[in-house]
Amino acid sequence: MNRIEALEAIYADIQDCVVVTIMGAVAAELYSLGHRPNFFYLEHAMGLASSMGLGISLSRPELPVVVLDGDGSALMNLGTFTTLARYAPPNLTHIIFDNGSLLSVGGFPTATSTGSDLAGIARAAGVQSAVTIDEPKMLRDSVAEATAADRLTCIVAKVEPIGPKSFHMDISLLENRFQFRRHLMGSAVSTPGGQQ
Amino acid sequence: MPVSMRNSQIIFDALRKADVRIISALPETWLVHLIRMAEENPDTTLVRLAKEEEGVGISAGAHLAGVKSAMLMQNHGFLAAINGIVSLAQLYKIPLVMLISHRGDIGERDPWQCQGGLATLPVLRALNIPHFPLDDPAQVERKILGAQCLAESALTPVGLLLTRELMWEEA
Repeated sequence: MNRIEALEAIYADIQDCVVVTIMGAVAAELYSLGHRPNFFYLEHAMGLASSMGLGISLSRPELPVVVLDGDGSALMNLGTFTTLARYAPPNLTHIIFDNGSLLSVGGFPTATSTGSDLAGIARAAGVQSAVTIDEPKMLRDSVAEATAADRLTCIVAKVEPIGPKSFHMDISLLENRFQFRRHLMGSAVSTPGGQQ
Repeated sequence: MPVSMRNSQIIFDALRKADVRIISALPETWLVHLIRMAEENPDTTLVRLAKEEEGVGISAGAHLAGVKSAMLMQNHGFLAAINGIVSLAQLYKIPLVMLISHRGDIGERDPWQCQGGLATLPVLRALNIPHFPLDDPAQVERKILGAQCLAESALTPVGLLLTRELMWEEA
């Protein structure tokens, strides 16, 4: 499947969640489906989107948090799987789009293209629920299941190494950052459509 | 182990007074009492890290979610976290309160600590990160509260250097 198809399949289900994405194609494609003040695009610092998701989910256990990660970024911060597993915030869903490629910087193959298994690594690190899927409907079902089960879940979504023609997003980094924080500060009790 | 329990308690009490609720840490000798205090206090969440750079992400997430945090690390952990500090905290103007044990400074006996000790202040200066030594127990609370205040006003990481003078009591 293409990543944009995967994002389209889950957009309705994650639009009211706190969403943290990595840079590049993931950010641009989510943005193209419709920006929301509860979406934060981490446009650098590869590997730290999952750590940000952990910080948010521990700080605000009442909010559902979704991290949209990539194989290249996850491989840069493999140790964090052990940290995620240790604290296992039940409100965190960690989705990793795995295209086996560092697409944004020339398409060089990552280690997942030569057999490294991110869901296996997550499980071995202690993440109780880690699955690999390769169809939009399976992703949607897995996200729904993770939310319903109220447990930390890692979902590795296999996608084609195809991205948007342009990574341009009409929102500045700091505009996104201040809007996102203001939104979270304003949702101290509950988030629209989210859990209590 | 002659790590100062009394001064560790003064530091921890100041962090509590600053309403720090999430403390990320990687163990190092000088931090042992602080880490234990963070773990045992019901009002703080201790996040044990695999690598210090994760702490930058956790603190950034906490800040955006409205919770105050602090990072406990050795200066070599600070050096290991530089890209996160630059490409997340500084790029996105995130306040970070970083308590950094300054190993490899005056009185250091471990040769392996010294190269990082010599690099710590120049790297802080090169990154334009405000930094202040914690050496006098009587000034610890004022400096921790002041550092947090500056971090939030200037939206920048701030380093508080834990010195041997404060952390170590010779037997």
